[in-house]
Amino acid sequence: MDFEVPDDCRYLESHEWVRVEEGVATVGISDFAQDELGDIVFVELPEVGDRVETGDAFGVIESIKAVSDLYAPVSGEVVDRNETLFDEPELVNESPFDDGWLLAVDLDDEGELDDLLDADEYAAQIE
Amino acid sequence: MSRRPQLHDVHDERGADFTDFGGWDMPVEFDGIRTEHEAVRERAGRFDVSHMGQIEVSGPDAAELCARLTTRDVAATGPGAVRYAAITDEDGVMLDDTMVTVLPEGADADLLFVPNAGHDAEMHDRWVAHRDEWDLDATVENDTEEYAMFAVQGPDAEALVADVAGEEAASLDFLAARYADVAGARCLVSRTGYTGEDGFELVLPGEAAADVWAAFDCQPCGLGARDTLRLEAGFLLSGQDFHPEELPRTPLEAGIDFAVDLEHDFVGVDAIREQAAAGVDQRFVGLVLEERGVPRNGYPIETPDGEEVGLVTSGTMSPTLEEPIGLGYVDVVHGAPGTEVAVVVRGQPKKARIEALPFVE
Repeated sequence: MDFEVPDDCRYLESHEWVRVEEGVATVGISDFAQDELGDIVFVELPEVGDRVETGDAFGVIESIKAVSDLYAPVSGEVVDRNETLFDEPELVNESPFDDGWLLAVDLDDEGELDDLLDADEYAAQIE
Repeated sequence: MSRRPQLHDVHDERGADFTDFGGWDMPVEFDGIRTEHEAVRERAGRFDVSHMGQIEVSGPDAAELCARLTTRDVAATGPGAVRYAAITDEDGVMLDDTMVTVLPEGADADLLFVPNAGHDAEMHDRWVAHRDEWDLDATVENDTEEYAMFAVQGPDAEALVADVAGEEAASLDFLAARYADVAGARCLVSRTGYTGEDGFELVLPGEAAADVWAAFDCQPCGLGARDTLRLEAGFLLSGQDFHPEELPRTPLEAGIDFAVDLEHDFVGVDAIREQAAAGVDQRFVGLVLEERGVPRNGYPIETPDGEEVGLVTSGTMSPTLEEPIGLGYVDVVHGAPGTEVAVVVRGQPKKARIEALPFVE
């Protein structure tokens, strides 16, 4: 199966992605991850104003069959969260890199991105 | 090395994901749990459940042996009957639950019972040990590896069975069984299932598995949908909703009183009679979460005041109801349908109410 791995994102080994535009990082889970989880039915996210720390669990995503922690690929303050997912969690399945985004984070340090996998490295991991 | 159903490669080619269940590498999903679940509720689905144990019992004392080791005397019902029963220990604690079939005329054995995945050797040995202890004349064979077992479930199941197994099989009563030819193979067809829908289960020679499987033109379904369907129907899952060591429960606590005949003697009957007279402390219930979240195995159940009164044993987001549902045990005083409780989800109490079972009729 071929999974989408956009070049403009960086990735954690635990399958979260981050895309940075003008200092704000959007965070989600990858196409591979949503496929592994199956039908997503519930997402628990931090409040706007909370802090997330690189590598720490910031929330939970549940499919019909399993509960998984979500890990932050970057550190910073949450400036937005995708509340549409509370009613339509299936958007994560349908559009993991766009409509199914999870958080927007005001980055502490853009240098952190260099520690993440680029698209080629992540694509190799899920092969 | 895990055990594999005969059609492991066929399912793999069809694109199934697999999971370990009871020591078996089984398809968990073909096209997504929701898709498969909906197919069974609205049309029909086929399941490969060859991980279920197949134990055949024969001989002059076969009926007595099975009666004394299960919570009801199924053989007394007569040939072609299928009944659900529990297998209990001396304390009345459920070791497993099972379907017992009194095999129709012309069978090679007298009774067939179907323990859950991974319990086949244990139950075979239990039957043999008690046969010897009680000096009964019966043979007990573990044929799990020789047979395949499929379920065809859903409102269209009857028409599918009529097409491939004939009208006689399709017109079976609920909880009845007969032999029928499917794709040239002799199959034991029962009007039974684990989904809450009308449907059939087939036990067949393993070498005929591919042809029989292919004969049913409907959605292939994995264990994921099997679990959400049985949850909506309020059926117990052995090892999860009860477990002899980790979650010891009697059939009365587990809410399957209908499957217990206290008038006949079986291992554990004294303890269960005593409990029937005294009443149970906790009882198996359904619950619906009224806040966002999903009840899962192991989550505590509390009163609205925060007093712990029970435990969730199974839960999911119901694909049919689109509500988070769970099964579990609560103190009987909090067990009436409509009672407000809370389920503790990762430390946070979430409003819930007790709901009558089944969730989906």
